[in-house]
Amino acid sequence: MSNDSETRDVVLQIDNLESYYGPIMAIRGVSLTVREGQIVTVLGANGAGKTTLLKTVSGVMDPEKGTVRMQGTEIQRLDPDAIVRRGIVHVPEGREIFPLMSVAENIAMGAYTRTDRSGIAADEEMVYSYFPILKDRRAQRAGTLSGGQQQMLAIGRGLMSQPKLMLLDEPSLGLSPLLTHEIFEIIVRLNTEQKVTMMLVEQNAKVALDAADYGYVMELGRIVMDDRAEVLAASKDIQEFYLGVSQDENQRGQRRWKQRKTWR
Amino acid sequence: MDFLQLIISGLANGCVYGLIALGFVLIYKATEAVNFAQGDFMMLGAFVCIGFTNHEYMGLNFWLAVPLSILVMGAFGYLFNWGILRHMFGQSQTSIVILTIAMGFIIRFFAGATWSHEPTSLETPYAGQELRPGGLVLGVDEVLIVVVTAILTLVFYLFFSRTRIGLAMQAASQNQLAAYYMGIPVKRIHSLVWGLSGMVAAVAGVLFASKGAIDPSTGLLGIKAFAAAAIGGFGSLPGALLGGLIIGLVEPLAARYGPPGVSQIAPYAILLLILIFRPGGIFSQTQRKKV
Repeated sequence: MSNDSETRDVVLQIDNLESYYGPIMAIRGVSLTVREGQIVTVLGANGAGKTTLLKTVSGVMDPEKGTVRMQGTEIQRLDPDAIVRRGIVHVPEGREIFPLMSVAENIAMGAYTRTDRSGIAADEEMVYSYFPILKDRRAQRAGTLSGGQQQMLAIGRGLMSQPKLMLLDEPSLGLSPLLTHEIFEIIVRLNTEQKVTMMLVEQNAKVALDAADYGYVMELGRIVMDDRAEVLAASKDIQEFYLGVSQDENQRGQRRWKQRKTWR
Repeated sequence: MDFLQLIISGLANGCVYGLIALGFVLIYKATEAVNFAQGDFMMLGAFVCIGFTNHEYMGLNFWLAVPLSILVMGAFGYLFNWGILRHMFGQSQTSIVILTIAMGFIIRFFAGATWSHEPTSLETPYAGQELRPGGLVLGVDEVLIVVVTAILTLVFYLFFSRTRIGLAMQAASQNQLAAYYMGIPVKRIHSLVWGLSGMVAAVAGVLFASKGAIDPSTGLLGIKAFAAAAIGGFGSLPGALLGGLIIGLVEPLAARYGPPGVSQIAPYAILLLILIFRPGGIFSQTQRKKV
């Protein structure tokens, strides 16, 4: 959470991005910046367009308008494999592992775009050092892992492509608070120790803001607010709508049932 | 002895069904499309080989003609996906099914017009030769079918479990989206799988036509192979071979010991029973996603 992170080189620059999910406009002109070494989080409720945003960056969806620039080069209409080769890896929501393959094979698939055998072997050891449980289960079918282990596998598999930028979609989804805490601890460690820049999409604002340097709030396909993570965490709107802290009652001793958000 | 004889020839037939079923399953697993022209691919592969080696056509050496026709069919499968199917990406299953059925008709017509509408046999150096181990009389062609299928099974097993591209094919079939995220070029993998099943079809066709005559409508055999794939569990490669063997064995046995006509319906009766009692097939690979 260093302040100097705001002057570092830009890794990912998104400008006026618009993406459709079938006939529905899921992202309506989103612009955001991710700088080297940062953890940037995008908060928002279900259906805010967070996943569509990540899918557009990783090339699974093509945007209608706008640009996505990775270290200065436009990548918005490239195929997903070309984008992985440029150093962006997407760790999808709901794990999305290869269920019938072993844990070790799943991890090996993460290095599909690489050919340096010794580097791959070293990175496998690195992944196992962060997730020792995966080493114990390396021969097990990935589909039989628990939810938390599958999430670890998805992150570990993502690391194998040597990403400069990792897109994490709801790493806390379906995990217990304890496991969520554990996963986020590892995410922060990866960020500081392995120098992986992270863009992290979350509904769980508390853990996300604790881990992040900078945050964006997304509603109905638009960015409605952005600031340093600690500023966001202190903001009344975020506290009320995303952190579930109840506000003081008003002068007449009643709660307002319909709160207005400052950005509307 | 009579019984053993039936078993051997049933196995040989079953291997051909199994290989066609393998083509179905390869494509289905990787791309979720069902290629109803798989039987016609087999027939085309046989005719391509006939065209290369039979003396009234090009008259090439048999052992040169076989790999050539496998290559031609591999290219055909690859280009069929690359040139036509890939552009239907995202269309409904039905339109893809209808496209492959139409393709089957075109192949049938093409084969008839180019080579022959009449039943034609592949000229092989081993035609009519027999092995006589301990009182049995085995055609070399039948033994060869079983041996080649066994070798092919082993090759496939190694290919899918050991090679980079084989593992990528598995990955793409188990979770297409995740395969994209890992940087696997899924569309190219799909074309390769089509190429692969074209090659398998060529092998099946060569084996089939070396044992008996083939004509353009033989491709309809694909329906029986489809039943074999469903019996084995659509989506399982060993299941496809097993389903093929079951059908291949049941047919001659039902013809020999059952009342007349039973052998024609037996494969489908088995299919029906399997679908009722074990809807996923023998080796069903359905599995639910954990949240």
